[in-house]
Parts: sequence; structure tokens; C-alpha cells
Amino acid sequence: MKAKDRDQSLSDSRELDGSYDQLTDSIEDDFELSTVCQRPEGLEKLQQLTKFTKKELQVLYRGFKNECPSGVVNEDTFKVIYSQFFPQGDSSMYAHFLFEAFDTNKNGSVSFEDFVIGLSIILRGTINDRLNWAFNLYDLNKDGCITKEEMLDIMKSIYDMMGKYTYPCMQEDAPREHVEIFFQKMDRNNDGVVTIDEFIESCQKDENIMQSMQLFDNVI
Amino acid sequence: MAAGVAAWLPFARAAAIGWMPVANLPMPIAPTDKNKRQDELIVLNVSGRRFQTWRNTLDRYPDTLLGSSEKEFFYNEETREYFFDRDPDVFRSILNFYRTGKLHYPRYECISAYDEELAFFGIIPEIISDCCYEEYKDRKRENAERLMDDLEDSKDSKLPNMTFRETMWRAFENPHTSTMALVFYYVTGFFIAVSVITNVVETVPCGSTPNQRDVPCGERYTVAFFCMDTACVMIFTVEYLMRLFAAPSRYRFMRSVMSIIDVVAILPYYIGLVMTDNEDVSGAFVTLRVFRVFRIFKFSRHSQGLRILGYTLKSCASELGFLLFSLTMAIIIFATVMFYAEKGSSSSKFTSIPASFWYTIVTMTTLGYGDMVPKTIAGKIFGSICSLSGVLVIALPVPVIVSNFSRIYHQNQRADKRRAQKVQKARLARMRISKTGSSNAFLHSKRNGMLNQALELTGSTGEDRHLNKTTSLIESQHHHLLHCLEKTTNHEFVDEQLFEQSYLESALQSLPSRSPSLSSQEGITGTCCSRRAKRGSRPSSEAHKPSHMHPHTHNLQELSAIHIQCGEQRTLNTSRSSLNMRPDESGGLNCKSSSQVTTAIISIPTPPTNNSPTSPEAPPNLASNSSAGVVKVSAL
Repeated sequence: MKAKDRDQSLSDSRELDGSYDQLTDSIEDDFELSTVCQRPEGLEKLQQLTKFTKKELQVLYRGFKNECPSGVVNEDTFKVIYSQFFPQGDSSMYAHFLFEAFDTNKNGSVSFEDFVIGLSIILRGTINDRLNWAFNLYDLNKDGCITKEEMLDIMKSIYDMMGKYTYPCMQEDAPREHVEIFFQKMDRNNDGVVTIDEFIESCQKDENIMQSMQLFDNVI
Repeated sequence: MAAGVAAWLPFARAAAIGWMPVANLPMPIAPTDKNKRQDELIVLNVSGRRFQTWRNTLDRYPDTLLGSSEKEFFYNEETREYFFDRDPDVFRSILNFYRTGKLHYPRYECISAYDEELAFFGIIPEIISDCCYEEYKDRKRENAERLMDDLEDSKDSKLPNMTFRETMWRAFENPHTSTMALVFYYVTGFFIAVSVITNVVETVPCGSTPNQRDVPCGERYTVAFFCMDTACVMIFTVEYLMRLFAAPSRYRFMRSVMSIIDVVAILPYYIGLVMTDNEDVSGAFVTLRVFRVFRIFKFSRHSQGLRILGYTLKSCASELGFLLFSLTMAIIIFATVMFYAEKGSSSSKFTSIPASFWYTIVTMTTLGYGDMVPKTIAGKIFGSICSLSGVLVIALPVPVIVSNFSRIYHQNQRADKRRAQKVQKARLARMRISKTGSSNAFLHSKRNGMLNQALELTGSTGEDRHLNKTTSLIESQHHHLLHCLEKTTNHEFVDEQLFEQSYLESALQSLPSRSPSLSSQEGITGTCCSRRAKRGSRPSSEAHKPSHMHPHTHNLQELSAIHIQCGEQRTLNTSRSSLNMRPDESGGLNCKSSSQVTTAIISIPTPPTNNSPTSPEAPPNLASNSSAGVVKVSAL
């Protein structure tokens, strides 16, 4: 309350005399108290919601809390964390899509529950669950089908992560070509969009994809 | 990779699910956690103080003592803890580094003790975080300067085999080295004093003859003074010439301040000698004699304090400039005001604004001679304001100069802007280094890793595992993640240099190239089990040999496809002759043993040119996959 009053009077005075001295005025504004601090649900509840054991949840939470002491991840922190793993490219777009996928209640921040529920689907779910989650990631506007534009955005973000120094040299239309191949494979009825059923069916027929889905079994 | 971020690696790997359905290639095998331990607390006993932390926390930095297996050397079996006989206070900062990812430098800690602890625990000081990095660097610089001073002091012992010239120079610069130097030092000092006193006494009125007015001593005892002057100037000239002779770099010596002072001190005498009794220039001659007073500056060779003062004034140029500028502003303002205020009064001394300058200066410096005083009321009011403000304006920059003096005295000087710039630049440089470090680590381990993967595929024995050096589990998982991305996009991460080269190469693709086959020159196809160990190191060395025309393609082909043969112990000679053999003749290529892995190298699809004698080499490579076994086709 008090901080708000002070801020109010500061901005009032600033409007009055129209002067704004960069030197003396700007520093106080930065000392806003970050009072947002969210605590997750209890361990038992999380154990019910996810398929992780107690110890795994503990390890996950410790890592989560270390990086985000306030208990929630906002999109910028998310991007910063994800970019640490890809030093050569620009992973911010893909991180944005991931953030959208993890933030199930669309409130602009990912809490520990969202985080761990998402992880549980990817790492402990069935293959169908995983494919569903991937579809949800691709479907940017969540309307149940993937259009070529959505896929192109996703593909560009993946290729951006490679960065500039690749071999062979990254061509401009590489993502587009890749999208064409993808649609040829997935779009059964050639209507220009890929629905969830087409997606799952095509993935189940593809040996490589099924095998790569197994990779997530022992990540944790 | 930053500390806490290591805990997010499972998340990053899980996020790779978005790549899987779009990838057209199979993904590489994930590294498995061989000994899957539950996370446990470990106790670190540092000189009696016990610290506890999770094992995972320490594993975040595998290239330090605590993160690697090196700490096992300190394991104490009876107490089941790790004992370190080191300083527990510094260890606190070190352990916090593992926990938070930031290394802080405590200000109360001695810099050399801290450095030693960091070196012991294998942590490089460059990762000290920004909040403490400046302090650390400052302290380190002071320490280095102190060490250098000590070193210089100890260097005064006689060095053998110095030429006469060098001895003389050392004697001039440092009078305490020998007795002769000391004598010379005092003699010149005495003569400087004599010369200055002579100049002063010359002008004193020296008793009067009855019929004449007082004459200065200089005119009364002309000859005596002239002899003194000559003697002094001769000494100074000799000294200057000797210094010039002994100086290691004459040009630099002639440009230095002290030598200029020397020259200015003795020149008037010689000029006076040249042009005597010439009425026109006698006026100028008198002016020149003023310069004789510069001889007093020669004392600065004899006094350290004088030199420091001179250095201070030089370095405080900006503060002095500010002082001068603000004074000028104030003087002009007040002079104008006083002039217009006093304009009305009669017989006013304030005849013009420049004339008022004198009044303003005298008032602002609180001198108050009283030769010019305001008479009107307004003039007196403004005059008092002027004297009050004078005190303030002069008092403001002076402490700054004083503090500068003391700072220089402790040999510590920095400009604020330069410091900010350096910190920014240094921070960016460090970030860049860590980024390239991690991407280089990936590229480097890719070469090793592909080898190990293939080894694992063939189920080779354990002794070859030694190639997998110390990549921790976290690192190998991270590299696997990057590898998956490569497979998804069907492109590879490369080094910046290689990228430049390949870019150039693709521009030159039209030239008839011998490139693809050159790759075989180093005998890839001839590697046998015994030489497998060398494969890992060879690609990195090949990349930097400028003699090969297209080293990069060779390198990258190796990256993408590994040619491994086992069974046959016969080493193929690496000459190109073996590669020119036709498929059925190249015995080494087709091993007779059943358990073998042969990987085909698919050349870069350049059109086989007519003048290339090596073009038939492409088919033999392809044909080599006729033998049984797993064939891995490279992604090229």
C-alpha cells in the first residue's frame, strides 16, 4: 500500500513540473517488492496428478525453486533457461511455443504444477499421450488441426535453434521444404490440415517416430 | 553450462518431443545412466567445519575438484566424509558457487589466499560474478604492482656484464647505486642551488656608492656573477651531454620533460653569448634571462614529492579544467553585473567589463586588495554575493584534486568511464567465451562421441572405453540433445572456422575438385583396431592443416561417417596407392571376418571430372559395403 502511494506521488510530481532527471529519479522505481510467491500443492496431491515418485518430485522441485524462487516461471525466464542449452542458435521462438504448451490455464506463467504435469505426460505417459502432447504443441491456436502456417512457424523456430554455423549451409527454404515433407507424410486426405487422428495414425505407422518416442522413457 | 540450469536438463530433453514427429531421420541413442544413484547428501569436512550438500549440486561442475572424481582422494573411510585441510572461510564462497552458480569474492579476504584456494579447487577466477569481479581485479592489480615494486627493489644488486653506458645510465637514474653516482647527485644539486641563488641575489640592491643610486649586485659585481653563471652552465651542459650519451634511447630521452627543462635552463646563456651588445635584441635577451629560473625545476630529479605533484596535476587535468571553466563563467557573470551596477556612480574604477574582471577575481579568491571597491548599493550587494560564491566555487574542485593526489600516491588511478566500458567489454567477452566454450565442447565431444557410439554398437571391449574421457553424464545428455536437433533438421553444428571454409568452398564448387577423394588420403579406409585410438584425435588435427586443399570436407566426412574395421590386424598403408586399387584387390577394405562394421563414405556429389585421376576412388568406397555387417549411411 505504502509503496503504491509513494509511486503515485512521484508520478504526480513528475507530471506537475514536467522535468525528469534521469539521474535522481529512476533508481527508486526499481525497488519494487516482488511479493508474488506461489507455493505448489502438497507432495501427495502432485503424486496423484502425475506419475512421478516422491523422490523425483523432490529433485524436480529443488531445481525449479533454485532457478525461480518465486515459484512461477514467466516467459522471459523460460526463454533464458532454455537458451542456455543452445548456445549457437536462437531458441526463443521454440521456447515461446513450449511455454504456451506448458501454460495450460493461459495465465502467462507456469507454476510448478503445470510444469510437472507436462513433464509427467512427456516422460511417463503412454506413446499416445506423448503424441497428443506434441500435437498440442504444434497446434498453435488450439483449434484441433495443424495448418501449414502453424507448422511453418514451428519448423522455423526449430531451425533457428541451429544458428548460423551449420553444415551444410542453412538455406532459406529449408524449413518450408521440411514442412512439405511433413504434410506429405501426415496429411492423409490432402485437405491442407493435419487433424489429431491423422497425426496419431501417421506417427504410429512411422518406425522412426515410434522409436524416438521411446527415448523419453529414462530421461529422469 | 550454468549451475541451476543443469537441473533443467531433463526438462530440455523432454521438450525435444516437439522435434520427434517432424524429424525424418532416426534419433541417436541416449546416454544411459550407468550407475543410477539416488541423490544423497555428502559431508565435506573442511578443517573441522562440516558442510553438507547434495551430490548433484557438486556434479554441476565436473571440471572442478569437487565435481570430478578427484575428490575421492580426500575421502575418509572411517568417518565417511570428505576431508579437506583448507581454509573453511574461503570454502564457504566456493561451496556457494556450486549452489548458486555465482562465485563471489569476499572483500575482507586476502587476494593471494583466495587465489590459492580457487586454484586448489580447480575453479578459474574468471567466472567471478560481476558484482565482485571489479573488486577482485583491482585487488589483484594492486598485489601485482606491489610484487613488481619488490622485484624492482631487489634488482638493485649489481648485475654483471653491464656496459659502461648502461652503468652510467643506472647511476644517473638511481644515485644510491654507487658512491660516484651519489657524489655526482649532490654536486649537481649544489650547483642548481647556487645557480638559483645567484639569479636571486643578482637583483638585490647591493649597497650604494655615494654619488649613485642603489644598484643591484648584478651590475656591481658583473664579472663575479658572470663567472658563477658560466661555471654553473658548464656543469649543467656536461651533465646533459653525459645523460644524452648514456640514455638507452636517445630520441626518447630528448623528448622527455626533464631533458627539455635542462635545455631550457642552459640555452639562455648560450644565446646571450652569441648576441652580446646588440641594442635591438637586448630586450629579448633580458626576457630570455627569465628562463634561467627554470633551473629550479631541475630539482624535481632530486625530489620524489615534486614529481608526484607534477604527475597529479597532469592527471587531474579534467578537474583543473572544470575548475578553470566554472571560475571563468562566474567571473564573466559577476564582472558584467558589477560593471552595470557601478556604471552610474561617478569616478568609478569599473571602466569596462574586462576592467571588472580584476575586481571579480580578487573578490572571488577572497584576496580583497581594495584597489577597486564598489560604491553603489547595488554594487555592494552584488559584490558580497560575488565573494560568497567565490568561496563555494573554488572549494568544490579542490578536494577532488587532493584526493587524486593521495590516490596517485598509492599508485591507483582510473577514470570512471573507462572502468565502466572495460567492465562491460569484459563481461561480454566472458559471456562469449563461455558460450563458445560450451559449443566447442559439444563439437569436440561429437567427434569422440561418434566413435564411442560405434564402439558401443559393436559391443567392443571395455579397454576402448578409455576414449570416453571425463564427459559427465550431464554433458553427455546435453550433447545427445544437441545431436537430436541435428538429426531433426538434417544439418550439423560446425565450428565457425569450418563454416567459413565450407562457405568459401561451396562458392568454389564449380572448380574441378579433387576434394572428396582427398579425404581418403589419410587412410580412413585403412583403420584397424589398433589404430582406432588415434582416430579420435586425428580429425581435430586434420582440420588445422592448411596444406590440404579441402580439409574441412575431409573433417566433416569423418564426422558424419566412421569407417571402422575390426578383425583384421593388418594395417593398410595410408598411401593413395591402396585406394586406387580396385574393389576386389583392396583386401583391407573387405575384411574376411564376419563381425565387422563397415561404413560407407559417401562423397560430396561433385561431378567426376575428366582430369581427376582419383575419381575412381568414389566407387570403391561405395562398393565396400558389399561385405556383411551393419552399414551406416552417413547423413551427408
